[in-house]
Parts: sequence; structure tokens; C-alpha cells
Amino acid sequence: MMPEPILDIQDLRTVFRIGGRDIAAVSDLELSIAPGETVALVGESGSGKSVTSLSVMGLLPKKVGRIASGTIRFRGKSGVTNDLAQMDGESLRRIRGNDIGMVFQEPMTSLNPVYTVGEQIAEPIRIHLGRSHKQAAEDAVKLLADVGIPDPARRARQYPHELSGGMRQRATIAMALACDPALLIADEPTTALDVTIQAQILELLAKVQAERGMAMLFVTHNLGVVAEIADRVAVMYAGRIVETGPVDQVFAHPRHPYTKGLLRSVPRLGEATALKRAGTPLPTIAGSVPSLANLPQGCSFAPRCPYAIDACAVAVPALVDAGEGQLSRCIRWQEL
Amino acid sequence: MTEQPFLSVTGLTKHFKPAAFSRGPVVRAIEDVSFEVPRGKVVGLVGESGSGKTTIGRSVLRLVEPTAGTVLVDGVDMTKLSARELRQQRSRMQYIFQDPFASLSPRMTIGQILMEGLEIQGVEPRETRVARAKAALAAVELPADAFDRYAHEFSGGQRQRIGIARALALEPELIVADEPVSALDVSIQAQIINLLRDLQLRLGLTMLFISHDLAVVEYICDTVIVLYLGRIMEIAPAETLYANPRHPYTRALLSAIPEPIPGRTSQRQVLVGDIPSPANPPSGCVFRTRCPLAIEACAGAVPGLETVGTEHRSACIRNAEIAAGAIS
Repeated sequence: MMPEPILDIQDLRTVFRIGGRDIAAVSDLELSIAPGETVALVGESGSGKSVTSLSVMGLLPKKVGRIASGTIRFRGKSGVTNDLAQMDGESLRRIRGNDIGMVFQEPMTSLNPVYTVGEQIAEPIRIHLGRSHKQAAEDAVKLLADVGIPDPARRARQYPHELSGGMRQRATIAMALACDPALLIADEPTTALDVTIQAQILELLAKVQAERGMAMLFVTHNLGVVAEIADRVAVMYAGRIVETGPVDQVFAHPRHPYTKGLLRSVPRLGEATALKRAGTPLPTIAGSVPSLANLPQGCSFAPRCPYAIDACAVAVPALVDAGEGQLSRCIRWQEL
Repeated sequence: MTEQPFLSVTGLTKHFKPAAFSRGPVVRAIEDVSFEVPRGKVVGLVGESGSGKTTIGRSVLRLVEPTAGTVLVDGVDMTKLSARELRQQRSRMQYIFQDPFASLSPRMTIGQILMEGLEIQGVEPRETRVARAKAALAAVELPADAFDRYAHEFSGGQRQRIGIARALALEPELIVADEPVSALDVSIQAQIINLLRDLQLRLGLTMLFISHDLAVVEYICDTVIVLYLGRIMEIAPAETLYANPRHPYTRALLSAIPEPIPGRTSQRQVLVGDIPSPANPPSGCVFRTRCPLAIEACAGAVPGLETVGTEHRSACIRNAEIAAGAIS
């Protein structure tokens, strides 16, 4: 029996108002995360992975983006469940930073350049947990130590520009963890980092996640990163989840042609040499991602899909059970 | 007798001095870099931030003035040319940029973008320019009607094809491709690499391929150079580098690349610490502060590139121990 999910998204549809009409960036999205579980949302540009995480956080761009329908049920630390899709302003702010921690791609967008690192980590502790200035400052130094920043007392007194990119991302993780959130949302947290620093940050996130038993929603374009960090993965294409399941299962036996093509497109170390010798091109997915404003009829992936048949253009396929905990939005999944 | 390499870089060094009247350290972007690229071959320059890979690419075309060293392109020393001679020599070389959104003018049609360079080089008459631009579009597998359209009408992958077409229209012999696929989605990256490989072989182009990602360069490069803080750590034929990396940094870099293979994580070797600033590089071996194999002697002197195999060189004083498998 699965534990009650901490986050349960049903039928989410998020639209953007562009040129006088609503364009769906996310459609028919269903996703749940159990306590202590890490779920990765993976996809290319325009897949809707970041819009999904912004919808959960209530950070869609004002006036342009909105949740058109669906529910986002989230159970906070107090045990109370709220529908985030129905909440606004002040009530959402109480949840963000307290029950939900956030880490973004570019640490400088989350860090304020005119406050010291220590002050910024202490602020949510004072606001959400009601600690004194002195206590909060001490907690901040402890958090910096937890995220592997050497000499944390000195670093707490420094400004963001005095830290390297990797250190800054550690500081934003400390800030996200400050109130001991039940859910951490990490949106491309290692994309701006060098690969040796990315390895450090992934290791850190896995460590703090395990220590705290926190749930994590990890948004990334990098399938390799998914393999490192996540228990389950949801692969998105043109605003919809096309396949979801346990990471090992999905990567070993993809049940959607897009997942299969994407996995084949990732260069594998040492394999290209053999292809080069044989004069074989690297595997690719033909064509490019369709515009959300002008999606093809039926399955959005059909025009690029080597398995497409006439029936694919009739209707958007449903996400169906493909066994082993996998769901696939492909009418031919059994033949894959 | 071996043929003279098309590109020959010797002792290339670039120090960026702080702007006039401002205090600040000298940034040692590249230090004493030497390598050769035979005609019709592709050499990859790979490294993380601050490795100097882009500065090398720019110095080759003399888009930045090197502090020391020589750059011979087909026997001509780029560093000694006058402005006029340089313009002439540069017509044989082209640069492909990372960001296909920033490098194409939004106000010009693709045709105008492709013909601009030809006009500057005095290719006459206009019909010839049109023909060459259209041939370049065909070479990158874009439809002919792209000629009259604007950059914003194209996707990222298509724009990168336009960037490549612009370079090809000038019929260069040497191309410096600076992170040409880094801004693209993974399903498009492989399309562009296949295209570049195909064009390079068909046209016999000599190429420097700059990337932060060792996984991306394997297919297209004949030789790979691994850089760290402005210095060459290892240089080897591509097939050797991936099968038998010698330098501790190359090994760490390969191990850090996440791959979508469940269970691979366990063998991961994570380097500690940050990349030092090129304004204040460590003494001796620049990698020693993060190297799992560093010993006291590493701080003493800059290790030279030693031959460790066929066309395979590594800059590590513990090369012999690594080769013997005594340490890893």
C-alpha cells in the first residue's frame, strides 16, 4: 500500500495568455509524490516541466499565466492538506519557504546581493519559525555547515558575490532547508554549474534529502542527472507527461517512443568511437519540438515518431498502465 | 616526411590585465599552450569554466591578442600580421558561436545574413553571392525558402544550422566552433553534431571544437585536449582518451558526467573543492588542490606534457605510477 502522497496533482491545466488567446503550457497533468520520495520531471524546452513546478509554487507570471483547472493537493508539516491551485498571495507565502523549499537554476536570482548570506538564511527562520535574531543567526551558520560550506561562520558574514557559483548554490540550498520543509522543489539546480561541481551538489541534495526524509520534486532536462537523483521520473513532451515510472524501469525499458528516442540521443561515453569507425551517424530524433500554440492533432509526438500510424492523429492518447509501475501515453506501447 | 600541420599553436599565453586605473589581479587565462591540428582533422578543446578553451579559440583567429606564443595557420604566423593581412588571412577561417539566438541579427533576412560576409570579402557579382548563400543553406539541410525569412521564425536547432551556413558560405578552411550545441536540446544536439561531422568530412575542413562536455566531443573529434585553468592536462586521440584516460583530472571529469544508466552512480568519484580562480592559480600543477592523487612534490614545479602512449601525452608527475596501475 502506497503511503498517502504529500503532493498530489490531478488534471492540472496551466495556460498562458498570448496574443489574446489561452495557450496550454501544461495539460492533463497527474503527478504524486510520497513523503521522502524524489520525483524528477524531465523534458526539453517547452515541455512544461518548469511551468508545472511554477504552478505548484504559485509563481506563475502574473496576468499572463494561470491555472485553468485541476487540483494541487499538498500536505504541510502541520498535517493539514490544502489545494495550492485555489490559494493566493498571503496564504501561499506562508507555505512557500516554510513547508516548501525552493532551489533554482541561477543562485544569484534567489540571493539578494545587498544582504549577507547569513542574514538571508536567517530571515525565513525568523518569519516562519518565530526565532529570535540571535537564534536564527546561529541556525544559519549551522545550516551552512550542513550543506558543506567550509568555515561557515565567516561565510555567513559574506555577501553572495564573494562566493563561487557552487558555494552560492549550496547557500541557496541552506536557505531552502532553513524551515525544514516537507517538500523541496529544485528547478534545474545544477544546470548552470560545471560538471565536477554539479556532482558535488547532486551528492549534497541526495544527502540532505535522505537525512531529513524530505520529498523532492526535481526538474531537469538532463536524463543523466535523473538517474543520479530520482526514484521516479515523469517524462514531459509538449505540455503532457508521456511516460512515468520508477527511474530504473523507465530507463531500462522505455514504453514511449519519445523516452526511447531521448535516451538514445544522450551521448554515452566510449560509444561514439564505435559509431564513428562504422561511419554511422549518432542516433537522433528527427524534426523539432512543435509550438504549443500549434500542436498537431492527436499525439503531439506523432510527427516525429518512427512508430506513428494513422490512429495516432485521431485523439490524444490516454496515459495507460504499462505494468511495472509504468504509465505510457502511447497507443503502441506494447510493441515497443 | 610528415605534412605540415594546418594549425600549429606554440607556447600560447594570454594574460588579461585589469582595465586602466583599476586595481585587480592579472587573469592568467592560458599558459604555454602548444598543439597542432593536421589539415582536415578535428581537435576538441574541453574543460570547465576558466579552463581557457574559448580564449584559445579566439586567440587562434586573433580575436584576442595573445600575450606570448605563435599561431601558425597554413604556415602564416597570425600574431605577426598587419590589420590588412589579418583580414585576408581571416577569410580562410570562420567562428561558430554557442548561442544561435544572440548571433543572428533579427532585422536581416537569412539571405542577407549569409551574404554579408561575402560582400565584405568582395565577392561579386550579387548573383554569385546569392548562389553561394543558397548552396550553404542546402548544405545545412534547410529549405530554400529560408533565404527570405527572419531568424525569429526558426527553432534553436535551425538557427544553429543558419550559423553554420553563414560560416560555410565563406568557404573557410578552418572553423572554430565554440560550444555549438551547448544551447540546444539533447534531441537536437546529435542532429547538429552529425551535420558538422558530415560537412567536415565532405569539405575536408580543419576544425577546433570547443566544449565543456567530454561526452559531446567524442564523435566529432579526432584528437581531444583536456584543459584545466589555462593549461593542457592531457592530449590524446579520441578513442584513446575515453578508453584509457591517464590524467587524474580527465578521469574525474569522465566520472562526473551523469549518464542515464541506472546503478552507475556507485562508481562516481566526486572531486572536492572549487575550481581555483585563474587570477590566482595554485603553484606547480594547477590541478593539485583538487587532485585525489596529489603529493607534496606537485606544488614544486609545473609538470610537463609527457608521452604516455601513441600520440598520447599527460601532464602529471605521477604518470609512471598511474600507468603501472599502482595508483588510481
